[in-house]
Amino acid sequence: MSKPSYVHGLILGAFCLGFGVVLAGTDMVTSAPIAQRALEDKQNALSKVIPPGIHDNVPVTDTITLSNHDGKPITIYRATKGGKVTGVAYQIEGSGYAGEMRLMLAVDADGKILGVRALAHKETPGLGDKIDTAKTDWITRFDGLFLGNPPADKWKVKKDGGVFDQFSGATITPRGVVAAIRHGLEFFAENKTQLLEVR
Amino acid sequence: MATPSYSTIVKDGLWDNNGVLCMLLGMCPTMAMTTSATNGFGMGLATAAVMASSNLLVAIFRGYITYEVRVPVFILIVASMVTLVDLTMNAWMHELYKVLGLFIPLIVSNCLPLARLESFAAKEPVLPSLVDGIFMGLGFTFALTAIGAMREIVGSGTLFADASLLLGPAFKFMEMRILPPEASVLVMILPPGGFLATGLLVAGKRLIDIRAGKAISMGGAHCVG
Repeated sequence: MSKPSYVHGLILGAFCLGFGVVLAGTDMVTSAPIAQRALEDKQNALSKVIPPGIHDNVPVTDTITLSNHDGKPITIYRATKGGKVTGVAYQIEGSGYAGEMRLMLAVDADGKILGVRALAHKETPGLGDKIDTAKTDWITRFDGLFLGNPPADKWKVKKDGGVFDQFSGATITPRGVVAAIRHGLEFFAENKTQLLEVR
Repeated sequence: MATPSYSTIVKDGLWDNNGVLCMLLGMCPTMAMTTSATNGFGMGLATAAVMASSNLLVAIFRGYITYEVRVPVFILIVASMVTLVDLTMNAWMHELYKVLGLFIPLIVSNCLPLARLESFAAKEPVLPSLVDGIFMGLGFTFALTAIGAMREIVGSGTLFADASLLLGPAFKFMEMRILPPEASVLVMILPPGGFLATGLLVAGKRLIDIRAGKAISMGGAHCVG
């Protein structure tokens, strides 16, 4: 004897309601710790590219938003000391061998690189992942450089006539990173006044 | 069909009817997550937690779930448990979440939990269903760890690298270097390596079973006996 179809509907509805309530409850309990963890992650990433000595503020909460060429909003984390902007950090994107790579770039007030770190990428383990500081210190090679040292047309990997080493067996990943950093520095040059403006 | 004894449930889950090595279910997380033994182990445990809790819930509510709507209700339960694990891990086991986070939602698309709900928890009492969920999950963990270990040893020359990230600093001793880095065969941690390692392990399991004189039948939701 089969039940009328609305009975099945009610049963399904009751389960949806019940589990909906459970999930809503879990979300309420966990949303604050999750936001806290996300903030800590960002702080971690920032503390690796911004030296602690150059700021007396908390860069992760001192942000402004600018838009880049494509109109995409970019969050800028600012390091200030004594009311002056001493450095800015922002996320840059490059295309690697296996899709987008996200990096954090920090630049001081003169446009010199304070540090670069890979945040997330899907590059081949053992080849392209040498951009991670956990594997090699290749990416620290950029510290202290700026547009002009080397000159803009030399901001390439050696294979393309530039000055930066590629990895044996992997050219696409370093090429993507070098291009991303160059674009990041150009972004700084174009928006310098806004970036360093004291609010 | 009478409820199987606990020892049968345990043996089925861990070996005889192992979700990966025998039923060949859940291949998506199996291939994606076994680039190292540690990753496989973590993914296995997360899946086991989802399987145990969803098996338990379905067995409790099985009297109320009508046959016609059972599949959406099962999917609802699995999806809710996955979301629960996802949020909880993100909030309170954040280091582990950074390693596994991307793959937790994949558990929803793993057909192994759904298969156990349909073929076991929907028909059996609460306690055996819970035991089935736990041991099917542990069997899955065992298979993923074994595949991960094979791929990691040959592919990167290490075993249980980063285990201390997953299990805490006390487990640092598990991290071993088996082969020098130059000797590693990259293809094993790339996708083809997943198929190779899984194939070898499935063949190995069959070989052991044949030696032991067990009957082997291919595929299906229950492949031995």
